[in-house]
Amino acid sequence: MHLAYPAVLAALLFSVGLYGVLARRNVVLVLISVELMLNAVNLNLVAFDVWLRDELHAGQSLTLFTIAVAAAEIGIGLAIVLLVYRNRGSSNLDELRDLVERDPGSDDGSDDNSDDSNAGDGAASRPAASAAAAPKGEVTA
Amino acid sequence: MSGLVSLSAEQGFLSPTGVEIAFLLVGLVTLGGAVLAVTSRQLVHAALWLVVALGGVAVLYLLLTAEFIAWVQVLIYVGSVVVLLLFGLMLTKAPIGPSPDADSGNRWVALAVALATAATLVTVVVDAFRTAWIDLDVPQGSTEIVGRSLFRHWVLPFEALSLLLLAALVGAIVLSRRKKERR
Repeated sequence: MHLAYPAVLAALLFSVGLYGVLARRNVVLVLISVELMLNAVNLNLVAFDVWLRDELHAGQSLTLFTIAVAAAEIGIGLAIVLLVYRNRGSSNLDELRDLVERDPGSDDGSDDNSDDSNAGDGAASRPAASAAAAPKGEVTA
Repeated sequence: MSGLVSLSAEQGFLSPTGVEIAFLLVGLVTLGGAVLAVTSRQLVHAALWLVVALGGVAVLYLLLTAEFIAWVQVLIYVGSVVVLLLFGLMLTKAPIGPSPDADSGNRWVALAVALATAATLVTVVVDAFRTAWIDLDVPQGSTEIVGRSLFRHWVLPFEALSLLLLAALVGAIVLSRRKKERR
């Protein structure tokens, strides 16, 4: 089999996943797109392992490790999504703007107050909400 | 490397073998499932199209003679990750039916970035591996081969990975547990 078949397909799958990560608003759909990108990488790893006849089978072992890490990632990611949803009542990425940089001169106290009224569990959830919003930024990055 | 070159002389680019035709067809199904998974406006349908894409990738692993990876893919991705995603959609009260705001406003920028990435990667990859052929006569990924290499050469990463999974499990439980009200 020509090596270009799996390599090109993996490149296309990766691009589709990249589009999904950039274009989707819902966090769970972004996680779906991340899974597509991981699968593209796995396809490359397996194809090159079979092509090179690697004695250590590094490609296939690394594929197994990637699958396990992806499972861990999806578990943690969904737990964070649930926490954000519970505190905010929404799981849209563009509404999580706690870490946005504002001008130090301008007074944005009113914006913080509106965020507090959105939080479901009252005042105690405020630090938890901002702590949960911080890893969200890494998911989108 | 000279063996590869002589191998490429035997095989024509325009006369695909049966495995290549099967790979092409399954690859098209996989790509179609992936595109529908990232463009569908119905959230649950997106997760279900992901099953098509991941199952197609499992069949591609089988065509590449990596059968153990293929079954792991079916068990973990199709079996558990998609179920987790469906639970995530359900618990965040995703709307049943089409939701017009599934895509954000920068979808055209995202489309441009994705097309540029695809064009660049495909050009480079095709140019780099024009004369590379995978020899599929000896299966490279049976359970015996993968298990032997995994437990002979990759034991330490394997054990570290089990620790990572345990940490992720505990972390997920701690994160999603409802906190008791302290008075």
